[in-house]
Amino acid sequence: MKVLAAMSGGVDSAVAAARAVDAGHDVVGVHLALSRMPGTLRTGSRGCCTIEDSMDAQRAANLIGIPYYVWDFSERFKLDVVDDFVAEYSAGRTPNPCMRCNEKIKFAALLEKAVDLGFDAVATGHYARLDRSSSGSIELHRASDEAKDQSYVLGVLTREQLEHSMFPLGETPSKAVVRAEAAARGLSVASKPDSHDICFIPDGDTRGWLAERVGAETGSILDREGRVVGDHDGAHAFTVGQRRGLRLGVPADDGKPRFVLEVRPKTNEVVVGPKEALAIAEIAGHRFTWAGDPADETGEPFRCDVQIRAHADPVPAEARVVQGSGGVEFVVVPDVPLDGVAPGQTAVVYLGTRVLGQFTIDRTVSAVPVAAVG
Amino acid sequence: MAVYLDHSATTPLRPEAAASWIETASSIGNSSSIHSHGQAARRTLEEAREDIAATLGVDGIEALFVSGGTEAINLAVKGLYWSRNDDADRPVVVVARGEHHATIDAIDWLVAHEGAEAAWVDLLDDGSIDTVHLERVLRENADRTALVTAIIANNEVGTVNPVDRIARLAVDARVPLHLDAVAAYGHVPLDLRALREASGASGAIGPVAFSVSAHKIGGPQGIGVLALHRTATVEPLQHGGGQQRRLRSGTQDVASAAAFATAARLAASEMDPEQERLKRLRDRLVAGVLAQVPDVVLNGPPLAGDRRLASNAHFAFSGCQGDSILFLLDMAGISVSTGSACQAGVPEPSHVLLAMGRSEDAARSALRVTLGRTTTETDVDAFLAAIPGVIVSARRAGLSERDVGAR
Repeated sequence: MKVLAAMSGGVDSAVAAARAVDAGHDVVGVHLALSRMPGTLRTGSRGCCTIEDSMDAQRAANLIGIPYYVWDFSERFKLDVVDDFVAEYSAGRTPNPCMRCNEKIKFAALLEKAVDLGFDAVATGHYARLDRSSSGSIELHRASDEAKDQSYVLGVLTREQLEHSMFPLGETPSKAVVRAEAAARGLSVASKPDSHDICFIPDGDTRGWLAERVGAETGSILDREGRVVGDHDGAHAFTVGQRRGLRLGVPADDGKPRFVLEVRPKTNEVVVGPKEALAIAEIAGHRFTWAGDPADETGEPFRCDVQIRAHADPVPAEARVVQGSGGVEFVVVPDVPLDGVAPGQTAVVYLGTRVLGQFTIDRTVSAVPVAAVG
Repeated sequence: MAVYLDHSATTPLRPEAAASWIETASSIGNSSSIHSHGQAARRTLEEAREDIAATLGVDGIEALFVSGGTEAINLAVKGLYWSRNDDADRPVVVVARGEHHATIDAIDWLVAHEGAEAAWVDLLDDGSIDTVHLERVLRENADRTALVTAIIANNEVGTVNPVDRIARLAVDARVPLHLDAVAAYGHVPLDLRALREASGASGAIGPVAFSVSAHKIGGPQGIGVLALHRTATVEPLQHGGGQQRRLRSGTQDVASAAAFATAARLAASEMDPEQERLKRLRDRLVAGVLAQVPDVVLNGPPLAGDRRLASNAHFAFSGCQGDSILFLLDMAGISVSTGSACQAGVPEPSHVLLAMGRSEDAARSALRVTLGRTTTETDVDAFLAAIPGVIVSARRAGLSERDVGAR
């Protein structure tokens, strides 16, 4: 196959590209330029986007012996990922920009361009496995190394996208094996640090970065009854489930710590309450996709696991896809209430190790309803 | 077989130049040393300097060896700016919008750090400097202008500027003129002496400097010359041993100078028949593209006449991204260029095309094909065989990118 290896300059994508070559594919390395004004050198735990990272990718491609190109997706990236991230936060939601990048850039803009230019597949360094069902349908599964598993951030991929995807690291028992393999292959990125932070936020200071773009205005912190219990410097800086950094002048009636329950960007209000009030008994969303064969859309409930963050544990749940007044809705009722659910987050639904699909959470039902709010 | 059609980026080292380099590099001696080893090196160096100077219409003493075109341009632009501001306040640098980044970025630096003012001159739609506008800009900045700098032949679209006219305007405005001759060298005759005579230049006014680079004419990479008229002076960029009129300190690279001189002699002696040969090949290439590919525009001046480098073809393939075309051609074993500067390997939309009034989309769809000494009919055939299919694929990819935006 003609394979495009997306190379960030990190160790995972370099080893993935090398394995694609070993598997006999005709491989071309492509680095995605995502920033119009890239920094020169890598700093901290950002894993991409500097000129040094693109040089690392090029050196890896040289060593593997494949051609290397840089493709410019900076305009798309700004529109679909960066601006979207700001807009979602402004609307009080908590987006995952890496998922957005996978959905809109790596497995959309890049993949489509690759296919148009004659490639059969895009290979990345994600830890996830592809498999086929007995009927031959493509399936996305968790990686063999559950600690490194990245199937969650790939949950947005559709059947068509998965058919053109390749994850050569999916069967690897651990990241240490990948690093050792990189060293054995002589790849200089073997010991390059892992990336954690959002790549387009220079120093990892997400709040400061957002404050510059969203604008910060002093607003009120309310309790569930609507009483003003404190103030803040901008609602966007808060996420549901957060406890630290709350300026509360009025103590809680029961003296217990309070957590952010809700962010209301329109009124610049933050609602706090006891930990129990964070518990969410039901999540639902209208924007959903299937990663391969879809589930029953007739409203029949089925058993699954649901995961609401990249590093959260999956929770057993009952799901159904129902036709409601607002359109078709994916509804999930976890067996135990979920904590720290914020609108905008992605819920990925699993059947065992298989990713069934995902939806963006736009509605939640609290496990502890409040009788009187506001 | 690999087809190389990016001779404006660099053209293959001439075997004779390589032989000169090897012969010279293996002999001992610093050209600044007093002993006989040093004298031998010095002799080789000065002979090389004189030969190169002869191809530029200057004396040997006027040819300063530098590391390449970028350094030559920086030394000329910054050096003239500083020296011209020694005795009077002359903050203005007059420059056209289609110059090479070495010029533009050097001037941007002067603006940011030295209080300079850039006075920008427009391009006409064929990529040439608008001399009517240039005249007006010079008049508006009379007595405040440090220098004018102009490219002789545009490195992207191959436009040969009306240098005689520009030189006369500089003389009339009483300002020194630096000419970026990097892309023109080896393709059009360069003669500073004749140009000064024709334009009525005297002293450090009018045309005073040419910048050239060896590797554009089959010399080695890493060496160039700033030909600086004896009446002009520049403030040096680097200080040290005081070599080369104290304007460019540092031990001189004798081997590269010798190789450069060999390439310069050959390029000068072959120029006329070689330009004729390249023009025929280039015209056939352009005709073949226009005949086979729909919706393609030839950027820059017409092929006929002497307003365009014989080696240059520059296209806009509507609906394509230049980097897609470049990629597909490379996969087919054909090396070309989008022509514009890269940041981390990403082609920017060309500032030259934007200055010529093209849209950003058109600027991104550009492809530069440049021929040179090693180009054969077979190379042109290979390009013409590949390009129709490549453009079909690149257009499909170009369109799919727009679909993504529409979703």
